[in-house]
Amino acid sequence: MKLARKDILGIKDLSIDEINLILNTADSFIEVSTREIKKVPTLRGKTIVNLFFEASTRTRTSFEIAGKRLSADTINISASTRSVVKGETLIDTARNLEAMNPDAIVIRHSAAGAPHMLARMVKQSIINAGDGAHEHPTQALLDMMTIKEKKGKIAGLKVAIVGDIAHSRVARSNIYGLIKMGAHVIVAGPAMMLPRDIEHMGVTVHDNLEKAIRDVDIIMMLRIQLERQQQKLFPSLREYSNYFCLNRQNITLAKDDVLVMHPGPINRGIEISPDIADGPYSVILDQVTNGVAVRMALLYLLIGGKQ
Amino acid sequence: MKLLLTGGRIIDPSQNVDAQMDLMIENGKIVKIGKGIHKPGNASWKSSAGEITVIDVRGMAIVPGLIDIHTHLREPGFEYRETIQTGSAAAATGGFTSIACMPNTKPVNDTRSVTEYIKKKAVSCNIVNVYPIAAISVGSEGTTMTEFRDLQDAGAVAFSDDGKPVTDSALMRSALEYASSFYMPIISHCEDLHLSAGGSMNEGFVSTELGLQGIPAIAEETMIARDIIIAEYTKTILHIAHVSTAGAVRLIRDAKERGVKVTAETAPHYFTLTDEALREFDTYAKVNPPLRTDRDVIALKEGLKDGTIDAIASDHAPHASTDKEVEFEYAASGMTGLETSLGLSMKLVHEGILTMKGLILTMSTNPAGILKLPKGNLKIGSDADVTVIDLDKTWLLDRNSMRSKGKNTPFHGWTFTGKAVMTIVGGDIKYRELP
Repeated sequence: MKLARKDILGIKDLSIDEINLILNTADSFIEVSTREIKKVPTLRGKTIVNLFFEASTRTRTSFEIAGKRLSADTINISASTRSVVKGETLIDTARNLEAMNPDAIVIRHSAAGAPHMLARMVKQSIINAGDGAHEHPTQALLDMMTIKEKKGKIAGLKVAIVGDIAHSRVARSNIYGLIKMGAHVIVAGPAMMLPRDIEHMGVTVHDNLEKAIRDVDIIMMLRIQLERQQQKLFPSLREYSNYFCLNRQNITLAKDDVLVMHPGPINRGIEISPDIADGPYSVILDQVTNGVAVRMALLYLLIGGKQ
Repeated sequence: MKLLLTGGRIIDPSQNVDAQMDLMIENGKIVKIGKGIHKPGNASWKSSAGEITVIDVRGMAIVPGLIDIHTHLREPGFEYRETIQTGSAAAATGGFTSIACMPNTKPVNDTRSVTEYIKKKAVSCNIVNVYPIAAISVGSEGTTMTEFRDLQDAGAVAFSDDGKPVTDSALMRSALEYASSFYMPIISHCEDLHLSAGGSMNEGFVSTELGLQGIPAIAEETMIARDIIIAEYTKTILHIAHVSTAGAVRLIRDAKERGVKVTAETAPHYFTLTDEALREFDTYAKVNPPLRTDRDVIALKEGLKDGTIDAIASDHAPHASTDKEVEFEYAASGMTGLETSLGLSMKLVHEGILTMKGLILTMSTNPAGILKLPKGNLKIGSDADVTVIDLDKTWLLDRNSMRSKGKNTPFHGWTFTGKAVMTIVGGDIKYRELP
């Protein structure tokens, strides 16, 4: 089985079958990362460019490791905004890369839709590693993989996503994915961090942490972007953490076997208290482990050997 | 030089006429309208009339030349996007005989010399009438008023800082009072920059799904409310540019009912498309104010139907590919409109929203009235600015064959019914695709 598509731009356009295929393939790659020789020849001779216009350690490293464990040649380009400053447009960068004939381009960009534009321009496979506040499909896939691994299923679970929903690509991709897979999704955050008409995405909306996490199976806390304070989105970090920090007291409202997730990096003590982040409910590091497997699966399914 | 259009359907809202008649033009003026001016086979008539060019326009509409009061011609300063020459050619192709151009050029049209340059350039192009709109404030920076009287004397027909709002309410008040004292309109670009900050499309479900920062309807409406309140208090003349929301239509309707001297325009894209057009991050559909929702489209059509919205103006905003072929949020706002405005607006007639007379009212007679131009009618003695529309002609838009330098239209590949097939300016044929 292979994915019958050129690009992975978002969870919105993936079918349930495609999601299952990716998750099952990822399961089979978990084992590779536990070997003494953590390498299989699957993508030998393939070239993968990690084109990161936005700072990232975790996602970029995860993609790089995924590519290397499959024996692909991986090249990292941290374009930040430097080439933009030089006047080189995304299109020119893309055409230059295309001319060097890689097999896949992994792109992260602060502008929503940048991967879609790239996908229209070049013949190579494009994987969206996060575009603005739009989508972060590999994050949602690794989250779903983690949930499935720990809970045995996704359908029927209650999942609360808490934080700055308006600016979160992780939230959007997870909403699409989890609803497709049959979960009930609740989003919560201060009113000004809940984007307009979010309820039309099929989620239950709360402006209160306690209400949102009551009896849920999964709590996904989002990183609060510290610079949002300047954008009049909240009064202070102190106020935010007083009302939206997941801690030892409020977590008792959730189910006893609740899982706590976070896409990272964590602001300890702001959206999540350290004892919860490191505590028994937390699967935050499992998410990171699964991230490598999911990315290996995607690379394999997109550019792996001919069917 | 005489020109006789025979057998056409003359539609002139200014005279409440919609009937099959002939129209004769002599020395740049309309000299005769009536049934049977041209009597085929009447040899004596032919000889006594001298040199007459007779054009048979049976089955077509003869209307007062269309007037677009909101265009960007980009010259001086941004000639890579458009020039007065290419913009004028686009206008004639779209059926427009007169256009007004916004002052956000480089330099900004805030002085006599720029206004005169535009006028002079337009005259030398000799295609359509070009009316410069001068800036309200120096550099359109919103601090110091420009020299209104001097600019009027140089040929400006209105004042606007289009592209930017006048955020300083005291400056807006002064501008309205001063301009109204010599009967000049202020055209307001209504946008609360704090509410729209960082936004690149309408705020709503689509922006939420796409993760793009939204521009809420209230960014437009709060500013319209402010301007109406100032105009009401000062009893001045206010024109609202590019109305895009249902709330704005309601505010303007209420103000008109109270007797406020406010007029308003909308652009064809606002009653044709919604924010759904941005699903694939199509930068050609990025405009400011942004494309709104179905609800707003319905309200705009109602506003056009009941006269709340007086005019259709294209907000013709040509851009080069380098302005548009970038990430969505970095892309310039605006689309070309001169060559699609009539085709899109004809859909309102097909849908039964407007009669042909109503359409010509919003595309010629009212626009002339707003800018106080001696145009927009087919009365005897008026300038012979005439557009002939083939109401049944079906055509396909190919952006690469547009006359405008700006190929930035989301309507590429669309099919339209109704097209300007002849554009006559001051008695001279400037565009013709009739046999």
